[in-house]
Amino acid sequence: MSHSKNNTLKKPGFAQAAIDELGWWQAHKFLFLRRLSQVSVFAMFAIGPWFGLWLLKGNLSASELLSVVPLSDPLASLQVLLTGHIPELSLILGAVIIALFYALLGGRVFCSWVCPVNMVTDLASWLRRKMNLPRTSEMPRNLRYYLLALVLILPVLTGMTVWEWVNPVPVLYRAVLFSAGSGLWILAAIFLLDLFISERAWCGHLCPTGALFALLGKASPVKVSAVNAKDCDNCMDCFDVCPERQVLKPALRGQQPMITDSDCTQCGRCIDVCAQRVFQYQNRIALKAENNQ
Amino acid sequence: MSQVNQSKFSVKGVNRRQFLATSAKAGCAMGLLGMGITAVAKQSAQLDPLAIRPPGALSEDDFLSACVRCGLCVEACPYDTLKLARWFEGAATGTPYFTARTIPCEMCEDIPCVKACPSGSLDHELTDIDQSKMGIAVLIDEKNCLNFKGLRCDVCYRVCPLIDDAITLEMQHNNRSDHHAMFLPTVNSDSCTGCGKCEHVCVLEEAAIRVLPAHIALGKTAAHDTYINTEETTLEMLNKGLEL
Repeated sequence: MSHSKNNTLKKPGFAQAAIDELGWWQAHKFLFLRRLSQVSVFAMFAIGPWFGLWLLKGNLSASELLSVVPLSDPLASLQVLLTGHIPELSLILGAVIIALFYALLGGRVFCSWVCPVNMVTDLASWLRRKMNLPRTSEMPRNLRYYLLALVLILPVLTGMTVWEWVNPVPVLYRAVLFSAGSGLWILAAIFLLDLFISERAWCGHLCPTGALFALLGKASPVKVSAVNAKDCDNCMDCFDVCPERQVLKPALRGQQPMITDSDCTQCGRCIDVCAQRVFQYQNRIALKAENNQ
Repeated sequence: MSQVNQSKFSVKGVNRRQFLATSAKAGCAMGLLGMGITAVAKQSAQLDPLAIRPPGALSEDDFLSACVRCGLCVEACPYDTLKLARWFEGAATGTPYFTARTIPCEMCEDIPCVKACPSGSLDHELTDIDQSKMGIAVLIDEKNCLNFKGLRCDVCYRVCPLIDDAITLEMQHNNRSDHHAMFLPTVNSDSCTGCGKCEHVCVLEEAAIRVLPAHIALGKTAAHDTYINTEETTLEMLNKGLEL
């Protein structure tokens, strides 16, 4: 590697160690799989209007799988219920199915493996790293729970699902599938917020959808675990890339290897960028069963 | 920095004062944000008079409580009539509507849009499309309507799915020629479903007949009106005395 003049750090570039040690593919595996998952979910919706293949109808607010299984956003459904409107059974059923699915798989798996906003905020974060922008002062991480409370109180007060006017989660799908592109300003605003005002501001501090999924995933058996915490060489690459870096500390300090904080989005980037192979996905229940044997 | 916090109120290094201060700040921030987005929502909750909700839609207030903006009705519509509202146009962002002048409702007998709706913002009680009330057609510009000029355009009447019921042609003496008749398209608001076919086909550059949401199109008798049971007679009496 040639010596770069303005690189004042002693260590090589971000994740270089992992790329050298494990190869480019292993150092980007979960990133690639996540993008594949996000694009696939989107494609399952898009092939309907584009090619007439109706796998999933609707958008992320509510949809229908193969014209049979209802699926719906628990946050949108909760808002509807809180306005006092009694929806069709399918909306409730859909919300329960989605809630159970993510409760089992790890709540914020939605954020990192499905939600399109993640691509926007990951891009902003990547650009921050590339441009070497300085750390910004951190907003409180629990702001999202205040916002979640707000989102759920407003329908009670106003009788409208107020959050759905600005909710960024369905915006991209609506723009592409229903040619309602003028809502994209919301994503642009989030991109600029994350890039220039406060890093990881949206997904890591504010998003009420993420907050609800975090609550749903509290008991989920799937977790990332620092199984080889003793091999950690403090290169800080995982801290640089983690969208919720506060969840890494307890695991790396050896208090307990498993990242139990439900703010963890299970994105697996810490697994990717670690040359020492400190992290891996684990199944709590399977682990317990093994230990009991 | 590494001082040990000995206060018995401290949890994770945060004492009561800090906790109250941050909570108050976050609470205020959320209050401001809440007022902001409520203002935005309230302002754009006003439905454009030419944006018509799908069949079976609840009243606008209830609709905005119920609709999750999923677009299932839009994808169920076989005629591409329905659209999801964009920001800055027509209806509350992401909610379904149609513009009759562009593509009217074809009044499918099985009403697929209502069946697709998971939230009940399109009322599943509606099973007969002829009973739907998407809006009311109003012959809004008599001055330019060709039939009011004594011509036999009749297009809005001919295309009406409930011809001779929702739109009738009322014969009147033509005062201009003094020996011809005029056939005036007349909407019966009790039968009109608001499908918008009449507005769609109106031959003028700007339609003389338009579908408007019922709350704009319809008057309402006052509750204290003693003629409430003889509405038709009352209206006839009034109309005769009025210069149109």
